[in-house]
Amino acid sequence: MSQNVLEISNIEVVYNHTVQVLRGLSLTVPRGEIVALLGSNGAGKSTTLKAVSNLLSLENGELSAGRITFNGADTARQAPHGLVRDGLCHVMEGRRVFEDLTVEENLVAAGYAISGRKDGRGASFDLVYEYFPRLHERRRSLAGYLSGGEQQMLAIGRALLGRPKLMLLDEPSLGLSPVLVEDIFTIIARINREQDVAMLLVEQNANVALALADYGYIMESGRVMMDGAPEKLMADADVREFYLGMAGAGGEAKSYRHIKHYKRRKRWLS
Amino acid sequence: MEWLFFFEVSLAGLGTGGLYALTAIAFVLIYKATRVINLAIGEMLMVGAYLFFGAAAGWALPWWLAIIAALIGGGILGIVLERGVIRPLLGENPISVFMVTIGLGSILVGMVELIWTANPRSLPNFFPTDPIFIGDAFLAPKTFWSFVVAAVVIALFLLLFRFWRGGVALRATASDQGAAYAMGINVPAVYSLAWCLAGVIAAGAGILLGSIGGISSEMGFFGLTVLVVVIVGGLDSVLGALLAGILIGWMEAMAGVYLGGEYEHLVTFILLMVVLLLRPYGLFGTREIERL
Repeated sequence: MSQNVLEISNIEVVYNHTVQVLRGLSLTVPRGEIVALLGSNGAGKSTTLKAVSNLLSLENGELSAGRITFNGADTARQAPHGLVRDGLCHVMEGRRVFEDLTVEENLVAAGYAISGRKDGRGASFDLVYEYFPRLHERRRSLAGYLSGGEQQMLAIGRALLGRPKLMLLDEPSLGLSPVLVEDIFTIIARINREQDVAMLLVEQNANVALALADYGYIMESGRVMMDGAPEKLMADADVREFYLGMAGAGGEAKSYRHIKHYKRRKRWLS
Repeated sequence: MEWLFFFEVSLAGLGTGGLYALTAIAFVLIYKATRVINLAIGEMLMVGAYLFFGAAAGWALPWWLAIIAALIGGGILGIVLERGVIRPLLGENPISVFMVTIGLGSILVGMVELIWTANPRSLPNFFPTDPIFIGDAFLAPKTFWSFVVAAVVIALFLLLFRFWRGGVALRATASDQGAAYAMGINVPAVYSLAWCLAGVIAAGAGILLGSIGGISSEMGFFGLTVLVVVIVGGLDSVLGALLAGILIGWMEAMAGVYLGGEYEHLVTFILLMVVLLLRPYGLFGTREIERL
């Protein structure tokens, strides 16, 4: 078996037969590593994740070219729930908890991920509660009443319950306070280390994502524009200015007081 | 004696209301899981009643075996409709699907008339026939027992919905289909399950209804009142379906006795209009606009 848990090669995705969102995107996720996928709004990051977990059809999207292999098998032939049961868990953008179910019922629903799994270990809520003690305290309340941070914990906990080999994380920092973002990312790093889960992490918050990742890709209008180790990306002038919010050369954090109305153009667009 | 009479009529109304509530639950189940407005629910109910008739009178099975056969038949009917007709239409315009269910209703009526002719029949009686008295009030035994059965089935169903793993999957799918897929839930199987359960419930309601008033191929008209019930209750609310079912059953009985039989449906539809004017999403429905 190859050492990459996920290989995406040259995929193109078209929505409604008209709007092309991905234009020949390729990336790989090695076993047990965290790979960050960064990019501005509308670059196609979430679409990439949906293509991997085969959920495009729900939004009238279609994988029109290219190939995605998970664990050496083509994903196009698997139903979405089948992929989850094989160990590919997708934590969707906006958390998507089942609001009118309790926390525990959310986990019961997530338990479907391990039905038909060979190793015979049942769903272990304890594992989830160990990483997220807060969820244990609130296990009887409706998920819709949880705070944003707790909902994100629940969303990650649900994926964790399926003992995945690969987790797709779509903007886990969305709408959370900086302190909570730090907490969540610490736990994500722990899960990665202790459970040996590979992760494909989509983020707007490039700082935290690159601090965590073993490798990074930067995408722009449906293509990968740059990739490399986080140190290399962080050192790049364009990345520093456009994704990390640093002023181009000086390395100072950019202040909105000095912002100019014209910006340096991204080099890859010229 | 005025109050006693009022009480008796109320009880009879609650009896019909129980059947409305039961059928409404079948409707809500389908709507919640698959977002299909199933106007063929009355005809599914009718087919269930005829299946019972066929098994009990045609094959001369004992009544309990005939009931089981009819319930299984209703479940199979639900699965066949979902797999054969509804699934290929998933993702289509809701109005197309809605129209297709109207067509399905006509087809079911036609099939029943081909097999059993259009003549009204009566079902073999299987309820105890001892008169029932609640306090001083007399209640027809059939009404009483059908209410009891409906109540028990509804209670069982609610428990199932709440504690069984498949029930959790149903509710999860109803609340967010994409996320349900991402949990490893087999969403198409959940659709089939919802239609199957709805078919079983509708068949059960059909048997109860038929045992009270006899069966005919026009029984599906009952589904129209059920549609009012679910709209009043809020399309996606089980609780709303229960309460609205009881309420409308009671109001119809009241109107039938105090105003005259021709006012029964008038009152129902006036209630529908009032509710739609004041709360367009129904008494307990999710507050979102459903374009139909």
